[in-house]
Amino acid sequence: MSLWYAFCDLLPLEMLHWDFMKNAMLAMLLMAPLFGLMSTMIVTGRMSFFSDALGHSAFTGIAIGCICGLAAPTWAAVGFSLAFALLFSWVRSRSNQAADTLIGVFSSTAVALGIFIATLGGGSFTKYNQYLIGDVLSVTPGQIGALALVLATVLVFWILYANRLTLTAIHPQLASSRGIPVGLAQTLFICVIAVVVTLCISSVGLLILNSLLVLPAAAARNVARNLKQYHLLSVLFALGAGVGGLTISYCLGCSAGAAVSLLLALLFAVTFCFRKRRA
Amino acid sequence: MNFPLHDGSCGHSCCLRVENLTVRIGADAILKDVNLHVHCGEMVALIGPNGAGKSTFLKAILGQREYSGVIAFSTPGARSRKPRIGYVPQSPAFDPSDPVSVADLFACCMSRRPAFLGLGKAMRQTVLECLERVHGEDLIDKRVGALSGGELQRVLLALALEPLPNILILDEPLSGVDVEGMAVLMDMLDEIRQTYDLSILMTTHDFSLLPRYASQVVLIDRAVLAQGSPETVLRSDAFRQTFHMKGDLA
Repeated sequence: MSLWYAFCDLLPLEMLHWDFMKNAMLAMLLMAPLFGLMSTMIVTGRMSFFSDALGHSAFTGIAIGCICGLAAPTWAAVGFSLAFALLFSWVRSRSNQAADTLIGVFSSTAVALGIFIATLGGGSFTKYNQYLIGDVLSVTPGQIGALALVLATVLVFWILYANRLTLTAIHPQLASSRGIPVGLAQTLFICVIAVVVTLCISSVGLLILNSLLVLPAAAARNVARNLKQYHLLSVLFALGAGVGGLTISYCLGCSAGAAVSLLLALLFAVTFCFRKRRA
Repeated sequence: MNFPLHDGSCGHSCCLRVENLTVRIGADAILKDVNLHVHCGEMVALIGPNGAGKSTFLKAILGQREYSGVIAFSTPGARSRKPRIGYVPQSPAFDPSDPVSVADLFACCMSRRPAFLGLGKAMRQTVLECLERVHGEDLIDKRVGALSGGELQRVLLALALEPLPNILILDEPLSGVDVEGMAVLMDMLDEIRQTYDLSILMTTHDFSLLPRYASQVVLIDRAVLAQGSPETVLRSDAFRQTFHMKGDLA
């Protein structure tokens, strides 16, 4: 951290002389590329709505953790999200209902359960706001360390399994005929999203997380012609919007999460206008 | 999934032997007591109306469906009891917006290096060699979603042939392919069958090409209704009744 702080002090940028901005920028530089990478698979596998639902289930986990008196409710949230993801995966494999219907069922139930627990006996909802809204500007060095560890683990997983996950996402039957255990691959991927979303949510907030998990890839798909371009553009868009959003947030005094999300939406709009008839 | 090895009891050099195959969903039998022998180097066409159980039959062979009965493979010279099945799925399942090139698709199937890092020179050369088998080298950088029906079938065929399988299974390879493309594809399959002495099992709704290319035709509608040479099956009463035809296609 001290190296990063020293590097920021060398830069002729006023905003990077504040410690909270140094922390936020480092968190963003770690998060953006990885979420940009993950978003490619989430969008290809049609799981945008699912990652959104997981964010809500994490809140319920935190509420359960708080009521049980756990010191770190984040771990209760991870447990709940994993259970949520596995149960969803199990029900989806045994139901002929569309995936978005099932996600709607699970998401509503999780949110209702979270609010029910949080307000039980006239409890106040206010203390959960930090988890629900979160803010990348309030990220601490400890959280950045945890973030780096999670992201490094996911990166290794990604390099090892990206090909199999991609094939499973684009054509499950073809993947199965090539010896890939499709059900296991899908469940593993769902669990990874569940853990990453839940661990990151309390430090960076729901809004920025969900936009980073969907929008970079959605924008990249408008113009990419192959997997290399798709991943490269998605990561660049996430990085650009992350750094740009933080800068806008500092200059205009607005929410960082909202600025990043809006920049990503703008990137989507621009790429949509410039999309060509791709060969 | 491991399959028993075929003991050659039918007197032919069989590549695939299916006996008393039954597939159920609950109490409902989607396929009942299906028997089929696919001999080495033979092209077998599976025909039947929609919902007859053709795709279910292929899924059972691919190990994607639970069944009762026997599915046995003969894999000459192979120690493994696990046969290599080349599978060409029905084509419309690809999302036309996916930014996945033909080269990416091959890399995802064949390479350990993540496809999103790009293809190495050696891998690109291998993909070109695979595409050469189906005269499709010019398709390597096209997006899978932008291919025409015939082009996609050729690409999937090239993919199914690497590594060279013990049997090639194609699910409706002629659907979405224009008339000219059908003849090109069938000629190609015939060439591959002869070059590699490969057994081919395919489902189809197009009967006009069967007499020219198929060695055996099997008409199923939950059970085998007719089986034999294309002429025998296409002239059978069962065929006319199943498809409500008055004329003679053979």
